[in-house]
Amino acid sequence: MKNFRETFMKIVFLIAACASILAVALICVFLFANGVPAINEIGVGNFLLGQTWRPGNDIYGIFPMILGSIYVTAGAIVVGVPIGLLTAIFMARFCPAKLYSILKPAVELLAGIPSVVYGFFGMVVIIPLIRQAFHLSSGDVMLTACLLLGIMILPTIITTSEAAIRAVPNSYYEGSLALGATHERSVFFATLPAAKSGVLTGVVLGIGRAIGETMAVIMVAGNQARMPEGLLKGVRTMTANIVLEMGYASGLHREALIATGVVLFVFILIINLALSLLKKGERA
Amino acid sequence: MSKEKGAEVTQIRAINRVSLKDRLKSYRTQPLSLILFLLVCLAAVITVFILVFIIGYILVQGLPNLTPELFAWEYNSENVSMMPSIINTILMVALALVIAGPIGIFAAIYLVEYASRGNKLVGVIRITAETLSGIPSIVYGLFGMLLFVYKSGLGWGNSLLAGAFTVAIMVLPLIMRQTEEALKAVPDSYREGSFGLGAGKLRTVFSIILPSAVPGILAGVILAIGRIVGETAALMYTSGTVAEIPSSVFDSTRTLALHMYSLSREGLYIDQAYATAVVLLIIVVGINALASFVAKRLTKG
Repeated sequence: MKNFRETFMKIVFLIAACASILAVALICVFLFANGVPAINEIGVGNFLLGQTWRPGNDIYGIFPMILGSIYVTAGAIVVGVPIGLLTAIFMARFCPAKLYSILKPAVELLAGIPSVVYGFFGMVVIIPLIRQAFHLSSGDVMLTACLLLGIMILPTIITTSEAAIRAVPNSYYEGSLALGATHERSVFFATLPAAKSGVLTGVVLGIGRAIGETMAVIMVAGNQARMPEGLLKGVRTMTANIVLEMGYASGLHREALIATGVVLFVFILIINLALSLLKKGERA
Repeated sequence: MSKEKGAEVTQIRAINRVSLKDRLKSYRTQPLSLILFLLVCLAAVITVFILVFIIGYILVQGLPNLTPELFAWEYNSENVSMMPSIINTILMVALALVIAGPIGIFAAIYLVEYASRGNKLVGVIRITAETLSGIPSIVYGLFGMLLFVYKSGLGWGNSLLAGAFTVAIMVLPLIMRQTEEALKAVPDSYREGSFGLGAGKLRTVFSIILPSAVPGILAGVILAIGRIVGETAALMYTSGTVAEIPSSVFDSTRTLALHMYSLSREGLYIDQAYATAVVLLIIVVGINALASFVAKRLTKG
């Protein structure tokens, strides 16, 4: 009887452990089964590279949205990585202990703020700011989205980079000091290069977060479904495309939106693959 | 032991101490170092400024708008009360945790206590859990809609249950990882002691290991709550947006974050959106503080 209970519970634990496998399998099956037929019907080339999105006329080209996602993500990286990395360096090597005990929870809090709140903040603060600064008729443009997403990926980049910098053996830094380099030189040219792969992991995680961000982007990016025309014009990302139109879409239109999700999912899988390769490189 | 080490460290620092004067002097000959130092400080100031500005701005604008009618029991377009959404959020969190909690904790128990080393299955589970934690919430939303909401799937319609299952899958990897860490932190001597006294594996897990890992697991669960509270994209097309307290799990609901999104999108209720943002922020800050408090107790114990 006791033996039976042990084996039974072991099987229960095993089944629970397999839940994540089941979840990934289900997500893949449901997304691909619902999205791929639409891609075939529209035509792979027309769907991925088509420059016009006009569901009313059954024209479904998501190239503008793919480009939009890539541009906005790149912008977020340009904004977020320098600030995030430098903050991480400050926290790991420059910060007095007392200040650190304030900074660390602050960064955690930044990570905990929900994306609607970020989006709302962008709406009421950054949009008017951009409008006034560039004398635009409306401030919901690509630049706004880049700035906001740059802020949103800060905690990801700071936390990962800080851990990477802290993991570098102190002897690197000490050796550099002993050779006569200043504190700053030692940190930037001895410690930081050794933390390269960890920092890169943080950047890739940031890319993943930025490309998948939905609500905040919708609230600030303008969402015009046309080819991106520059930093001071509105832009629509893949995520925004799904949320904005899913509410009323039907038939092929709806399937095209799910197919947009499939493309996004593939992007994320590629990013995940890059991450695991990075981690493998770290271990070797 | 730790005291001795502390003394050692201060001694080393004392030898290497550079006075402010020396430092300024060295900056004169090393302009690059000065620039780097200023850049690093500037970045940290920017980060703190952003956080303070976001929170301060929303509090200043939102607190005066926190009127009692925003907490009326019934929602209508006059009072745009957030009370139903708050209750819905609590229901959603509870239901999602009931689903994801046991699965996540049991999965972690399997990974830490049962799986043998070099088990191939463990590798697959790790990879899938990592994949899950990287999937954006809108993809979860699409998936939940296809599987739980549509007739071609389980056909629950826009409902509390569909939303709860969707976010449960979303927070599963988080709970799994945190529980794993907590279980790994339990010293092996506990297990050995328990086995030595003749307890079976199951009894060891439930009466020895789990109780000592509770703070770590709790911290993970609290983080999961924070994620569910802030979630919008995954719930929009699974739980729906009806701002009423559901009478059953198959009714559509609207959580606080979604409520806030609707308010700010409509553009008519910006003041109320500010107030909702304040409530959301307070909840999230509270949850964060609670998580770090619990985690601190873990490291002390």
